[in-house]
Amino acid sequence: MSPSYLARRLSAVLLVLLIVTFAVFAITTILPGNAAVMILGEYATEDQLLALEQRLGLDRPWYVQYLSWIANILQGDFGMSLRLSLPVSEVVGDAFWNSASLAVTALVTVTVIAIPIGILAALKRGTIADLGISLLAYVGTAFPEFVTATLLLVFLAGPATGFFPAGGFVAPNESFAGFVSHVVLPAGTLSLILTAHIARQVRSEMLDVLGSDYIRAARLKGLRERTVVRRHALPNSLAPAVAVISLDIGYLLGGIIVVEEIFAWPGLGRLLILALENRDLPVIQAITLLLATVYALSNLISDIVIAALDPRVRYE
Amino acid sequence: MSELIRTPPGAVGALLLALIIVAVLFGPLLAPYDPQTFYTTVRLQGPSADHWLGTDQFGRDLLSRLLHGSRATIAFGLGATGLGVCAGSLIGVSAGVAGGWVDSIIMRTLDGLLAVPDLLFTLLIVTMLGGGTGHAMLAVAVAFTPGMARIARSSVLSIREREYVLAAVARGESQGYIILREVIPNAIGPIVVEATIRVSFAIMIGATLGFLGLGAQPPSTEWGLMVAEARQFMFRSPWGVAVPGLAIAVAALGFNLFGDALRDSFDPRRRR
Repeated sequence: MSPSYLARRLSAVLLVLLIVTFAVFAITTILPGNAAVMILGEYATEDQLLALEQRLGLDRPWYVQYLSWIANILQGDFGMSLRLSLPVSEVVGDAFWNSASLAVTALVTVTVIAIPIGILAALKRGTIADLGISLLAYVGTAFPEFVTATLLLVFLAGPATGFFPAGGFVAPNESFAGFVSHVVLPAGTLSLILTAHIARQVRSEMLDVLGSDYIRAARLKGLRERTVVRRHALPNSLAPAVAVISLDIGYLLGGIIVVEEIFAWPGLGRLLILALENRDLPVIQAITLLLATVYALSNLISDIVIAALDPRVRYE
Repeated sequence: MSELIRTPPGAVGALLLALIIVAVLFGPLLAPYDPQTFYTTVRLQGPSADHWLGTDQFGRDLLSRLLHGSRATIAFGLGATGLGVCAGSLIGVSAGVAGGWVDSIIMRTLDGLLAVPDLLFTLLIVTMLGGGTGHAMLAVAVAFTPGMARIARSSVLSIREREYVLAAVARGESQGYIILREVIPNAIGPIVVEATIRVSFAIMIGATLGFLGLGAQPPSTEWGLMVAEARQFMFRSPWGVAVPGLAIAVAALGFNLFGDALRDSFDPRRRR
């Protein structure tokens, strides 16, 4: 991978983010439902509205608002939270790390479970095991996070069983055991739908690999099946698996919003819902940008990993 | 069609869809009780001979509410997907046909929009427009548009270089004829497949919005809203959350399985 390729990809990420800033700005500012009206409610007087518009700078033309917003962001200033009267960067910063701990736990769980399951299903194609895995994969992708989360709560955190706390958060550096007991249900909810989807994709990628000419050639030259799978099939199915996982990070980031809300996990998702309810525009804008940045960067990283795993992939 | 249901996933998908279609078409006729009537003597009950799926916190019959709510839930999925597919295909086909810098600008913009997770995108739009079924549907459609546009475009691009299109060009057919009669009919397969699978996502997102209080409003019997309303009482009676929750999964599963079977039948390489 050449440095010029990396530079080009990074600039593409920046371009994507620029477009995201524009879209977020357009949605939150230009759409009907002026921010001042939303904050003060529909019974506010004309004078109140004007005063607030002036304070928020909403009386300026939209492109001036946009450019000054961007200029502030580039200096690390996301504005003040309208509801909490705190700098947005402070409010969002803590929530970001709480969300990251949940997302990383879910992602590691999914990777560890889904890839072996998908490969196993492909190797045992047509057997009961394959059918069972495929069936579970289909059923798993059909449950929205809020349904899984609610059902897990009822059956594992209810007064009848009470295996896990019904919500809340303990930082890993405070008490690791506390963190684990609180993270099981939210991470489990996020993992179910992702494991199901990724296992299904890995199975189909692995089947493509197993049906390819070089696998047939390896078998024809008399290699043992184990060697064929270990030395030829597995390494070649890893790159597509990474690609699938990186695309699913988008789902993960969406799922986190609902899951954090249900399990009272003090992360970006919970903060976002709170901000949406209170029309806290600076917080909404910052969280959207942050999640889009994470998604765009994770796609870039996965491309780099894929190039490292698959020597045929050459990025110039 | 017979080929679609020959594989187990296709058959199960078709069966679930048939079940859903019956509920949507005849739900109110089949429902044993009125979905809004309070039977206060039988609150929060499990399944029984009188109430097959149990009752909610007001003693309303869950089966009847489920059957009535199927329309709201399925209409949302089909409506949001339909709108998103039309808008996305229009943009994607235009970009693919136009090529050049128009294509570049459209595609870069779509790349940017695709970096925002669907649910987040939807939440932003719904909040700004104000909740409710119509706005929620519009928001999901907008969130689906970039992805659909990409699929429509890539399918147009691959068709544009095919022999039958080149032959039409060589015959001297007009641009409009080529797009309408050659490109679009052949590009429609992947779009239909993607649309079918997306109906299941739309159903799930729609229910999620209902659950968060941003979609359907009470006293609607939309399934996500039913889960939200029953959540307060879930430890006393899990039926209120389990019944509509499973119904959402069944609907999503039906469209998902059917869409996959559809894709396999379009793609000869995957036929086995």
